[in-house]
Amino acid sequence: MSLHARDKPAIQVIRPIALHTVVIVIGIFILLPILYGVLGGFKNNQQLSTNPIGLPSPWVPSNYTDVLGSGDFWLQVWNSSFIALATAFITVGVSALAAFVFARFAFRGREFLFTVFAAGLMFPFAVAILPLFILLRFFGILNNPLGVILPQAAFGLSLTIIILRQFFRSIPGEIEEAAILDGCTPFGFFWRILLPMAKPALATVSVLAIVGSWNNFFLPLVVFNDPGLWTLPVGVQQFQGQYSTDTAKVLAYVVLAMVPALAFYAVAERQLIGGLTTGSVKG
Amino acid sequence: MTIVLFLLPAIVLFALLVLAPIALATYSSVFKWNGFGLFPTNFIGLDNFTRLLGDEIFLGDLSRGLVLIVFSVLIQLPLALAIALLLNQRMRGRAVYRLIFFMPYVLSEVITAVLFTMILSPERGLANELLGLIGLEELESTFLSEPSTVMYSLFIVMTWKYFGFHMILYLAGRQSIPNELLEAAQIDGATTWKVFRHVTLPLMGPTIRITIFLSVIGTIQLFDMVYVLTGGGPVHASETMGVTMYEFGFKRFQVGYASAISVVMFLLSLVFAIGYQRFVMRRDTEGAITNMRGKR
Repeated sequence: MSLHARDKPAIQVIRPIALHTVVIVIGIFILLPILYGVLGGFKNNQQLSTNPIGLPSPWVPSNYTDVLGSGDFWLQVWNSSFIALATAFITVGVSALAAFVFARFAFRGREFLFTVFAAGLMFPFAVAILPLFILLRFFGILNNPLGVILPQAAFGLSLTIIILRQFFRSIPGEIEEAAILDGCTPFGFFWRILLPMAKPALATVSVLAIVGSWNNFFLPLVVFNDPGLWTLPVGVQQFQGQYSTDTAKVLAYVVLAMVPALAFYAVAERQLIGGLTTGSVKG
Repeated sequence: MTIVLFLLPAIVLFALLVLAPIALATYSSVFKWNGFGLFPTNFIGLDNFTRLLGDEIFLGDLSRGLVLIVFSVLIQLPLALAIALLLNQRMRGRAVYRLIFFMPYVLSEVITAVLFTMILSPERGLANELLGLIGLEELESTFLSEPSTVMYSLFIVMTWKYFGFHMILYLAGRQSIPNELLEAAQIDGATTWKVFRHVTLPLMGPTIRITIFLSVIGTIQLFDMVYVLTGGGPVHASETMGVTMYEFGFKRFQVGYASAISVVMFLLSLVFAIGYQRFVMRRDTEGAITNMRGKR
C-alpha cells in the first residue's frame, strides 16, 4: 500500500515532464523563425550579421516605422482585404443559392450536376492558371480586381456547395412545410428562414474563402502588373526582390504582413479549424 | 423556374472560369503557340507531349514530386500523428500548444518562404548560427543554394508550415474515437503499443487516408513556396511542375508547351483522385473530405 502511494507520484511527475519537453521543443521549432523575424526587424543589417540570434542592441525601430509609414504596405493590406471579402461574398452567395436547390429540390440531372461541381475539388488551381490568364486577357479584366475575385470564387464553389448542401439537408422538412403553409415562397423560405439558421455553416465557409484568398499568390502574381493592385503576398515577394540586400527591412515587412493573418486566426480559429476538419473524420 | 434561377450564377461562374480554362489548356496543348490571341492555330499534334517525355527538367519535376510525397508520408505525417496523440492526453497548456503548432498554416506560403530565405541564408541566417551554437558545425550549409541540400531544406520548410494542419485533422480524428474502446482494450491487457497498433490506428484510418490524399494533391500543384524560396534552383534542383509551367508559359511564351504541362498535372491529379477514391478510400464515407460533421 505504502509502496503504491510512493510509486504513483513518481510516474505522475515524470510523464508530464517528458511530454512537456517534447511539445516545448516542437513549439520552439515553430516559434523561433517567427521570433527571429520579429527581432531581426528591430536590428540593422550590421547587427544581423554579427548577432543574428541575440536581442537587438540598440533596438532599431526604423525598419518597422519605415514600412508602416509607406503607402505601399497599407495599399496592399487594403487590396488583400477587399479582394478577400469580395471573394467570400460572391463564393458564399452563389454557393448558397445552388446548395439550396441541390438540397431541397428534386429534378432531373440533379445528382449529375452536383457531381460536376464536386469534381471541381480535384482541379488544382495551378492547372488552370495559364488558360485563365488567356481568358481574363480576352475579357479585358487583367489588372482588375475582378480578374482575381471571380476565378477565386469559381474555384471556391465546389467545397462551399458541398458543405452548405450538407447543412441545408440537415434542416428538417417540417420547418419548410410550415413556412410554405404560412405563405412563404421558396425564396422567402431560403432568405428568411434557411440562411439565418445556417449562420454557423456560412461563417465557416466564409472564413475558408477569406483565408484562401488572403494567401493566394499565383493568380494575383500573373493578373496584376500594376503595383497599385498588388495584394500582400505579391507585395512581400516583390519587396524581397527589390531590397534583397536589406535583410532587416525585408524581415520587418514580412513580420508586419503576418499580423493581419495572425489576428484573423485569433478571432476565427474555431470556424477555420471547424471548416478544415469537418468530414476529414468519419461520420 | 426557381431551380434555374438559383443555379444559374453558379453554373455560369463554374463553366466559364473552371471548366473552360481546363478545356482551353487541353486544346492549346496540341499546338505550338506563343500565347497571342484567344486560340492557337499552329497544330502540331502530340509533339508537346513527346517533348515533355524527353525533357529532363520535367522528368526531374516528376521524381522530385515523388520524393516530396514519400518524405511527407514517411516523416511529416507520422510526426503529425505522434504529436496529435501526445496533445490528446490531458496536459496543461494543451490548447496553447495546439494554437501554436497550427499557426504557420494561416501564414501564406510566400511569407513562409521569404522568412526562411533569410533563416537559411549562408551569411546572416539563423539556421547556421544555431547549428554552430549546439556544436553541429559540420551540418552548417548553404542550404538553398546547394543542389544536394535544397530538397531537404524545402521539405523542412514544408513541414514547418503544414504539419500543424495534419495534426489538427488527426486530433479531430482521434477525438471521434470513443475512449471506452481504448479503455476496454487496456482492461483486456493490451499494452500501449498494441492499443495503438490494433485499435487507435485502424480507427483513424479514414483520417490518415485523407491526409495522404491532401499531401499528394498539394505536392502536385506546389508552386508558391518553391517559386519564392528557390525559384526552382539551383540549376532546377528544386523545380516543380508548377514552376516549369510558369517559366514556359509566362516567361518564354511557349504557351502550347506550358499547357501540355498543365494537362499532365491535371491528369495526374484526376487519375490519382479517382484511383485513390476507388481503391483506398472506398469504405470511408462518401465525399469524405467535406462532409459536414453532424450538428456543428
